[in-house]
Amino acid sequence: MKWGVVRFPGSLDDGDALYALRDVMGQDAAMLWHKDESLGGAQCVVLPGGFSYGDYLRCGAIARFSPIMKSVARFAADGGLVIGMCNGFQILCEAHLLPGALMRNRSLSFICEEVHVRVENAHTPFTRAARAGQILRLPIKHGEGCYVAPTEELAQMEERGQVLLRYVDASGSESEAANPNGSMRAIAGVVNDRFNVFGLMPHPEHAVERLLGGEDGLKIFQSIAQGAR
Amino acid sequence: MSAAPTALAGEPIVDAAQARAHGLTAGEYASIERILGRAPTFTELGVFSVMWSEHCSYKSSRKHLRMLPMKGRNVVGGPGENAGAIDVGDGWVAVFKIESHNHPSYVEPYQGAATGVGGILRDIFTMGARPIASMDSLKFGSLDHPRTRYLVGGVVGGIGGYGNCVGVPTVAGEVMFDAGYDGNILVNAFALGLARRDDLQSARARGAGNPVLYVGSATGRDGIHGASLLASAEFDAESEAKRPTVQVGDPFTEKLLIEACLEAIKTGAIVAIQDMGAAGLTSSSGEMAGRGGVGIELELDRVPLREANLTPYEILLSESQERMLIVAAHGREGELAAVFEKWDLHAVVIGRITDDGRWRARWKGQVVADVPAAAISDDAPVYDRPAKAPAAAINHSAAKGAVVASVNTPAPAAALRAIIASPNVASRRMVFRQYDSIVQGNTMVGPGSDAAVLRIKGSRRGLALKVDSNPRACALDPYSGAVATVCEAARNVACAGARPAGITNCLNYGNPERPEIMWQLIRGIEGLRDAAIAFDTPVISGNVSLYNETAGRAIPPTPTIAVVGTFDHVALHLKQYFKSPGDAVLLVRTAAPSLAASEYAALFGVADQKLAPIDLTRERKLIDGLVECAERRLIRSAHDVSEGGLAVALAESCFNPGGMLGVEVEIGGSGHGAEVLFGEGSSTVVISAPVENIEVLHQVFAPLETVAIGRVTMTPRLKIGAAIDEDVAALRDLYEGALPGRLGRHD
Repeated sequence: MKWGVVRFPGSLDDGDALYALRDVMGQDAAMLWHKDESLGGAQCVVLPGGFSYGDYLRCGAIARFSPIMKSVARFAADGGLVIGMCNGFQILCEAHLLPGALMRNRSLSFICEEVHVRVENAHTPFTRAARAGQILRLPIKHGEGCYVAPTEELAQMEERGQVLLRYVDASGSESEAANPNGSMRAIAGVVNDRFNVFGLMPHPEHAVERLLGGEDGLKIFQSIAQGAR
Repeated sequence: MSAAPTALAGEPIVDAAQARAHGLTAGEYASIERILGRAPTFTELGVFSVMWSEHCSYKSSRKHLRMLPMKGRNVVGGPGENAGAIDVGDGWVAVFKIESHNHPSYVEPYQGAATGVGGILRDIFTMGARPIASMDSLKFGSLDHPRTRYLVGGVVGGIGGYGNCVGVPTVAGEVMFDAGYDGNILVNAFALGLARRDDLQSARARGAGNPVLYVGSATGRDGIHGASLLASAEFDAESEAKRPTVQVGDPFTEKLLIEACLEAIKTGAIVAIQDMGAAGLTSSSGEMAGRGGVGIELELDRVPLREANLTPYEILLSESQERMLIVAAHGREGELAAVFEKWDLHAVVIGRITDDGRWRARWKGQVVADVPAAAISDDAPVYDRPAKAPAAAINHSAAKGAVVASVNTPAPAAALRAIIASPNVASRRMVFRQYDSIVQGNTMVGPGSDAAVLRIKGSRRGLALKVDSNPRACALDPYSGAVATVCEAARNVACAGARPAGITNCLNYGNPERPEIMWQLIRGIEGLRDAAIAFDTPVISGNVSLYNETAGRAIPPTPTIAVVGTFDHVALHLKQYFKSPGDAVLLVRTAAPSLAASEYAALFGVADQKLAPIDLTRERKLIDGLVECAERRLIRSAHDVSEGGLAVALAESCFNPGGMLGVEVEIGGSGHGAEVLFGEGSSTVVISAPVENIEVLHQVFAPLETVAIGRVTMTPRLKIGAAIDEDVAALRDLYEGALPGRLGRHD
């Protein structure tokens, strides 16, 4: 499978995503530059974490106007697979490729720590390698990860199975304490209604090696790679 | 040589009073007149005042810093560059440095701390190294002081706000609260970068005719006289008014600058490069020319400006952030400009290298400054200030335990609960969780452990880093305190299994014009020297921060020491946590424990506070033994006994995030007195190992005292003889809850 990792000027986890895909998983992955419009033939586009354009205004608010994002929007409209992690998720929401928005954490401060998320729907291109109900241990690191959306829309998303990941504790139960940023319905990751654009606040690319933070993140990338076979 | 520069219309008159207002002494002003053979212009006066400031010239400390061991088998890079580098194997070198941003952070905590991080990162990538890790050593006043919470929020927010946005993980650090810092906090920022050995850059200008490029942010009025008036003078009631001298950081531009500079270095078109830090354009141009023994000419009209109407004086003294100065190979400036353009950054040729040794600035066709380049770099004054030991130990509050007359001794369990929840011992999680500690994907052990551990991608090797300070010990004895600080940092690195390889230091002291402060500084440097020599760890970089005083009251002497260690096999690194029930728990120590300078003494007082002498041969043995244990896989955990003493170290070893364990120990001989349970005065390490390894561990550490004191247990209880029997989960709740409770919960 061919992957393209978009590099905005302020992307930070772009190299880590490329490393996870290429060096750890042996995938065919390349960096894409934000000023270009070409996606280089990628079958899956990755929007990495970071601070795309400094994000002093609102995370991802400027990135959506970049040349590459025009192509990403067209690619998504044609059914292409897009995954946005952390800042990538924020950009996808700003670009209206995903419903909802990401607000400042409930604590109003940046949080870097490991969390547990539960796979809520395993019948998607992004989760098919996992079991429904499986608990993944992944790191988060963000200041604006509190997911919000209109209540009726959330209900519809739940019904359609668009909520893919939810914050839980190590035993798999939801609780106020297990929801690190105050997200509505403890949502950690959502997919669009066509099931080809996925955004999540945790960083699966930082959980791909046993020596560093575990391997649970591989489930997400393996799911995507399986689709190519 | 051109004609003497003339005064610009409307400029203030330069005289002795004006020089004094610029922080220059009468003697220094006379030297300037002698060097120039005339009175300086106002612009030149500004230039001399910043370059000859304590902050830039190290004029009080330079003489004494020469005693530090800066060379070693593993040191790469010639002397006179911004920082040294250490060979870490497989063609990689590590560049690291620690620097203070104390005064700006007290006046404007968020921006002060943020730009401290930005500045130290530029010191690293200017060498051609990609910054891969940061650490911070923070000293705040007492939590009861009304300003402390505000300062903690601002400083931690600033470090996170900047560090998180540039993509350099903050992997370790320390935070201390003590009334000795009520009026003068310390913010010491460390950064480490990796470079291929051949990619190391120089800050030595060469080649008459080579163009000088200005890259990065435009120049504004921020930070003018930050180095001279803010950082090189004591605090007083007026200091708040100096807030405009604090710079404002833009981490996004810094991130662009990192990528653009590292890409530009790859072109091979860079002759010399230096960041515009303290004293901005003046110091970067003056120092590069001075080092190279060449002259430099700047056209100030070409400098990109943030606002119109900056005067030459302001342009030269601005400390606007995220700017670099590059000497390019003649004819290749276009190649470099293209790289910076790709990253949407300014890259403008603003001058050229000359062969006349003069540092010259023009503005609107007129020469506004023309001085010997050496005069503003190498030839700054060097003082041998009088130093004298005070009659009695200076009564720093950090040593206040010493003056407690009646000693009140709590029961051991109650003392443990109080100590583990004290702000100086309790978990720093609420601070470090605000920092990205994993970006770049190298962090094997992050904050909250003895030392951070980083892998080097594509290699089996790795690094361990730790920053430490011990102002309580330094307040009792500035020499032994400095030795103890180096020992502690090195021991922490060795507890992770790495061999200490290099040191950087930030020496924070009061006003050097007072003989007793000068004495503290010299004794501190001597301690650093002796310990560095004993461990064979060169001091490759450093920074001195003086005038840390408010209203005549100095901070406790605070040498902050960072030690970087190397692993041949990073996979063999150790953590502090007990792993396996049934394992033997052992103590290895270099001397008998004592309560001097301990948290116990600070909380409850002790009758006698005297630091025991440190035997560096034994300290070295302890470190070598730990490294050998890790390499031979003899032990499963190692934890340094530091703040809070043995009882706290045992508890922390039980807090395994993978599942809490317990420990049951019996410490014979000296019994279970407060010295044994809570003493910090000796170098002690708690290790756990399979029982069958006890014998060989005695051999490894001989002649040190190695005592098997008990076992790791499945039941999560901490049992120390008959003295302590506590639930580990309850202790962890105290440990984790204390700081959020005092500073306001952040959930």
